[in-house]
Formats: sequence, C-alpha cells, structure tokens
Amino acid sequence: MEKEELRKELKVSAIENGTVIDHIPSQNVFQVIKILNLSEYQNQLLIGTNLDSTKMGKKGIIKVSNKFFRSDEINKIALVAPSATLIVIKNFKVTEKNKVEIPDYVEKIVKCFNPNCITNNEEIPTKFTVIDKNELKLRCHYCEKITAGGNITFK
Amino acid sequence: MKNKSLVSINDFTREEHIRILELAGIFEKHPKQRILADYVVATLFFEPSTRTRLSFESAATRLGAQVIGFTDAASSSVQKGESLRDTILTVSNYCDLIVIRHPKEGSARFASEVAKVPVINAGDGANQHPTQTLLDLYSIRKTQGTLDNLQIAFVGDLKYGRTVHSLVMALCNYNTTFHLVSPLELKLPSAVKIHIKEKNLTYHQYTDLSEIIQKADILYMTRIQKERFSDPLDYEKVKSAYVLKNSMLDGAKPNLRVLHPLPRVNEITTDVDDNPKAYYFTQALNGVFVRQALLAAILGVVD
Repeated sequence: MEKEELRKELKVSAIENGTVIDHIPSQNVFQVIKILNLSEYQNQLLIGTNLDSTKMGKKGIIKVSNKFFRSDEINKIALVAPSATLIVIKNFKVTEKNKVEIPDYVEKIVKCFNPNCITNNEEIPTKFTVIDKNELKLRCHYCEKITAGGNITFK
Repeated sequence: MKNKSLVSINDFTREEHIRILELAGIFEKHPKQRILADYVVATLFFEPSTRTRLSFESAATRLGAQVIGFTDAASSSVQKGESLRDTILTVSNYCDLIVIRHPKEGSARFASEVAKVPVINAGDGANQHPTQTLLDLYSIRKTQGTLDNLQIAFVGDLKYGRTVHSLVMALCNYNTTFHLVSPLELKLPSAVKIHIKEKNLTYHQYTDLSEIIQKADILYMTRIQKERFSDPLDYEKVKSAYVLKNSMLDGAKPNLRVLHPLPRVNEITTDVDDNPKAYYFTQALNGVFVRQALLAAILGVVD
C-alpha cells in the first residue's frame, strides 16, 4: 500500500533540497499557500491536490525547494492542516519528519467571528490566544470573545 | 498603577483592586482635592452614555483636572471617516489620560496599544466596563465590611449583562458563593462559569427569585431586555417573574443590600426605594469616588 502511495506521490516530481508539506486536507491547500505566503515564492514550488491517500482519502501536498521553515513559521498552518507532515529533504533524501503543532498564539491569519469586534471594523491585525488546542478555541486579544471550531475563518 | 491602562477588570490584580477601593474611601471623605490641577483628562465618548460620562467628568473636575472630549461620534472627526487609531494618536497629544467609551468590542484595548497616555475603558460594546465593576466591589465592601466569603445573588439577564460577567470574574478572588437567578434562556454563559470552577467556588442556579432572598448578603438585580427574546411570548412569560417588590424583602438578612447597575425599568418596584436595604442610588454615587481613585492612581499623584 505504501508503495502505491509513493508511486502516486511521485506524480509530483521530487525535490533536491527543501521541505515537503504532506497530508494537507485537499480543500485547504490554497489556504496553506496563503498563510505561508508562497504565492510570492521565487524558487521551484510544486503543488498537488486531490491526490489519493490511504490515510485521508484525498490529500494535498506542497513541495518547496530550497526552503526550510522555522517552527513558529510552519505551525501557523496547523489551524488549517492539523494532520500535516513536514518532511525535510536534503540531497533528495528525507532527513527529518515532523508533525505540525498548534501554536499558543495566532496572529493575523484568523478572523474574529464577532462582527462587533474592532478588528472587523478597522484595519487591525488580529491576535488570539489558543485556550484549547484539542477543541481549537481561540480567545480574541481585543474583544475577548472565543472563536472556535466551525467559526474559524481565515483573513 | 502609574501609567497603567485599565481595559479589562483582570488587568489589575486583586491587590490593585483593593488599593483602588481604599483610595475611593479616602475620596469619599474628602471628595474635593485639587491634586490633578496640572492635568488634562480626555473623555472620548463614541456613543452616548450620560451617566458614565458625567461620573468621570465629575470625578476629574472635583480633583481639579481640565476635561476635554466629545459626547458622541456625530460631533467628532469620526463623522468625517477618521479611524479610531488616528483619533487616539491625535488626542493623546492633547491630554494626560484618555477615558474611552466605544460601541465596538476590543476598541479600548486597541486604543490602549496606540495611545501614548494611559487609557481607561468606560465600556466597549458588550465586552468590559471595569469601572462599573470596581464601583460594585466598592459598594459591596462598604455595605458588608468585607469582600470575602459572601453569598451573592445575581438576578435577571445573566447571559448578556456585561456588568454581571465582570463582577462575577472579579468576585472569584474572594471566595464568593454565587446564586444565579435567571430564566433558562438567560443563564450565565459557560465561558464565565469556567472562572468560578477554576477557583473551586460554588454556584447554584435558580429560576425562582423568592428561593434566594433569605440567604443572600447582596442581591444584584439586572434588567431583562425584551429584544433578547426571539419570541415575544417568552418575554411576557418571564418579565414579571424577576421583579423585586418590597414585601419580598421581609425575612431577609439584616445586612442584605440590593444593588442594580441602573437604569432600572420595572425590575425593582419603587416601594423598595425607601427600604434601608435599597442601595442602588448610593451605588451610583460611589462611582465618582472610585473614578477619582483610578484617575489619581493612574496619573501617579497617589501611590
């Protein structure tokens, strides 16, 4: 089965050095690109989505050449891709494999669900404290209301 | 507390709350002291709130400060489309402290991050109104002699009332037993009950007001607003169930006091007003002393 998945992954060609972000929920691939600001990226970038996955049914994958993310940078995607695996590639070889972690603070990327929050009425970057990592509950630094689960949307 | 902004009741520690209450006691005895004669206080009211604004302005004026500001957004540059950020940046050049009232939640926190001077939140939408909480604490302490180990009953709209939420949070520092009386539709939100549970304190919930009157040290009444009900019939059903009448206070503890953040509509009948247990008008007066204490402490003229 693993071989099967590997073969399918290879439809998107391998990279020499860089980071592979695997097991992204298909519907959130473009959100990940946005959060990591990859649309501005100047090096080789390979994006696959709606690929078959034994684990997830369908999945997305992003391969970023010549880029190694800091953990605070990459953990931002945990909100949209909690299942993501990070694979560090050096000289075509996997040197590291990690899971993303939900960060303690979330800045700028999430929209406060409270329409009466000042951040939805003025140009203010949002800030949240993650108060529950399992159920994903974020407390707004400004209005103090809790944005959780299905209410989480991205700016 | 010098130069410290007060946006949320939890921005100040329990010790700082107590210090403000002690200072307020001094200002109650000597309300007219010109200790802020060299200071300018700006009151920026982006929505009208006559009671709160006058209370702040009275506090500042009695201490000799000059007060500048506006009373609603229509008479300010907001009308021309200026952002809150720009208004705050500009005004903080003209004053030593900003008092802000704004209809959007989180506006006061944002203002405190932008301003070069300390900010006191005088109400940000449905979020926080910490000076109300401090005057409630002052009123409780003054009438009971302590804040510790009291039986405090909250009655009415416990779901939407921000004064209730902040006061419950503040009282969690004093080993309070909470009695929560409300219609089922307007129970205290679980986000607030979490604070009670975190401190291992006890709360009891009731739908019938008469059950609790004999046990309570403080009866904190609130207004039930019609617009909180999707079905007007539900409102009609509950509106008379949470009305305090004078006869209901027979058999209450001698130290019981009735508090209400005001304005009152019909949830306390006027025959209660002459009962020595009625404290809500004195409670409003206490707001001036508490605000004097805050202005003086934040501007650093008292320790």
